[in-house]
Amino acid sequence: MSKTPITRAAAATPVRVARKVRGLSDRAIAWIFVGPTIFLLLAINIFPLIWTIRLSFTNFKANRLNREPEWVGLRNYERILTDSDIWLNMQATAHFLFWTIFFQVLIGFTLAYLINKKFKGNDLWTTIIVLPMMLSPAVVGNFWKFLYQPQIGLFNYIVAFFTGKDPSSFEMLGSVDLAPWSIVIVDTWMWTPFVMLICLAGLRSIPDYIYEAAEVDRASKLRQFFTITIPMVLPFLMLAVLFRGIENFKMFDLVVQLTGGGPGSTTELTSINLKREAFEKWRTGYASAYAIILFVTVFGLASIYVKALNKVKER
Amino acid sequence: MKNLKLASVSALSIAAASFAQSAAAEDLTLCWAAWDPANALVELSKEFEAQSGHNMSFEFIPWPNFADRMLNELNSGGKLCDLLIGDSQWIGGGAENGHYVKLNDFFDSEGISMDDFAEATVYAYSTWPKGTPNYYALPAMGDANGWFYRKDWFERDDIKAAFKEATGRDLAEPKSQKELLEIAQFFQEREIDGKTVYGASIFTERGSEGITMGVTSALYPWGFKYENTPGSYDMDGAVNSPEAVEALEFYKEFYETATPPGYTNSYMGESLDAFKSGQVAMAMNWFAFFPGLYADPNTGGDKIDFFVNPPQNQAGSTLGGQGISVVAYSDKQDAALEYIKWFANPDVQAKWWELGGYSAHNSVLNDPGFKDSAPFAGDFLEAMGSVQDFWQEPAYAELLLAMQKRLHDYIVADQGTAQEALDKLVEDWTEVFEDEGKL
Repeated sequence: MSKTPITRAAAATPVRVARKVRGLSDRAIAWIFVGPTIFLLLAINIFPLIWTIRLSFTNFKANRLNREPEWVGLRNYERILTDSDIWLNMQATAHFLFWTIFFQVLIGFTLAYLINKKFKGNDLWTTIIVLPMMLSPAVVGNFWKFLYQPQIGLFNYIVAFFTGKDPSSFEMLGSVDLAPWSIVIVDTWMWTPFVMLICLAGLRSIPDYIYEAAEVDRASKLRQFFTITIPMVLPFLMLAVLFRGIENFKMFDLVVQLTGGGPGSTTELTSINLKREAFEKWRTGYASAYAIILFVTVFGLASIYVKALNKVKER
Repeated sequence: MKNLKLASVSALSIAAASFAQSAAAEDLTLCWAAWDPANALVELSKEFEAQSGHNMSFEFIPWPNFADRMLNELNSGGKLCDLLIGDSQWIGGGAENGHYVKLNDFFDSEGISMDDFAEATVYAYSTWPKGTPNYYALPAMGDANGWFYRKDWFERDDIKAAFKEATGRDLAEPKSQKELLEIAQFFQEREIDGKTVYGASIFTERGSEGITMGVTSALYPWGFKYENTPGSYDMDGAVNSPEAVEALEFYKEFYETATPPGYTNSYMGESLDAFKSGQVAMAMNWFAFFPGLYADPNTGGDKIDFFVNPPQNQAGSTLGGQGISVVAYSDKQDAALEYIKWFANPDVQAKWWELGGYSAHNSVLNDPGFKDSAPFAGDFLEAMGSVQDFWQEPAYAELLLAMQKRLHDYIVADQGTAQEALDKLVEDWTEVFEDEGKL
């Protein structure tokens, strides 16, 4: 009998252990392997979630441990859902989400399409393009803060060069109209390469023979693009949208560095607002209700989206 | 044999002595904000180390993160700090949540009298409930929001003549808030030595406390009150009074017409940078920075002078400064109390002022030579005579963040009117006090 790794492992198992294990069913052995993971999952994910749900019905404050929390029923939820300021935060988040995803998909796909063509220096360009996503968001935030500086910032000077405007006549981060776009620009600059890489993977997965068959059928390049390229890359694109959507819904560091949520509350995304409620105002019960509402929103939207993604894959 | 016995006894004595020394000597950690006075305190504390045998370590946190970091530390019962020089507004939470050790018995036993410290500082930094003889801190660092300006520009004949022509009066330190604005507007976008300069740097920061500290420097001179009757939490008509509305509109006009471009999120650091880089004619900031500003080789010395926050309807300055407390979670409370006892000593307080800290001890402040001891010393005394502080309630963070939002929305984001901003602020604060069970 040849010695396989399994037989070697069986031979090396001490007799006492082997006797004990021999009596166990496959299901029991499976539980032994899976058990620690399930325990950890319950301890660090499920239990805190249940605890958060419980806290959301109280007026508990984590900085007032000597005060007995009171049961307030649905009051926290009612307050949040009827608070016009929170709806403004939701709108700011939706604006940020929509436009960052729109530009990242558009530019990311275009870049991937160009990079996918074989040309000299292809690899070098790919490396250069993906550089921004390798940087820390805090660094990127500080870096762009200087670029947007009205008196010495390069961004303002470039805009001034093309428009003839005075560079210090507009403030990207200080203007209510421009600040939401300034964070969209930075996030797009940073994360378009990520979308590009996913699209590139999609483009490279399309077999050449499909295009060759289309050529034989005398299909134009435009037709090939819309009937072959787009449908076959679509699942990848949708995956990129899902990743970026989830990431940007919880966007915090970049925006805090750039605008701190300002001017006023113009760029105060829900994640920033939630952090202020939970860890600056210490309204733990209220913040728990807020977190649950956001969780349900993201979970609901993501579920619908994943179903749509699966349908596209099945086609 | 006799020698052997003697040697053994000597060795035992040395060992016992060194053991006793090591048992008494503690490693104390003092937590504070990272700024100029903190460096002075490190220097000062060397004397304490030499006297007591304790080792001092310091944990200095940059101002924008100071409250977050330290309040998290206290709320989690952390043992990082044995001594904490915490902001004046934390005193309510520190006392009610049991973070700070009550110092009354200690003061009584060591003969430390609060009468030896400036009344305003004892009220603001040490007592909770406010004004009662319950002490949770020793006044450590007196401070208020003041102003400094380019004295060399103010003294130039061409600039003086231009100002006289523009306003009909002489260019001098402002005597009112409106004069302050007029001077700042005069300097706004003026060419000086071939460089465009701006009026003044003021506080507009959104994230922590900046814009509130700046705006209250206008609100207090207009006669702003937090409550109609102190202790009653009846804010409607006080917080949103016509005077408060006028002061808020004034600050917005200041921001829009007399500050450098892009000045939308600025606090202490930005104010200092703007002044030191020769960008502004005047700047607001805490007195704590004034020794460093005076010593600056480029814009200090003869080029700088200082003035107290100008009055309008009355004198009024925003209170800064802190008291030093013993953290209740510390295992080294005895050694920490030793530090407080040492720090309360009049000689140490005199040296504290000498090194750049702002002593609140009467022996220092009432010294006949104090006013002339630094170019800003007289202004400091004047400011401390009319200081007003923000809420010091345990829920101060909620109250502060609500004000930050309403002020920034109105002043920087240009949303709504001053009246609406203050009305909303009353609503926010009412909700907080209702949650607290105080309304």
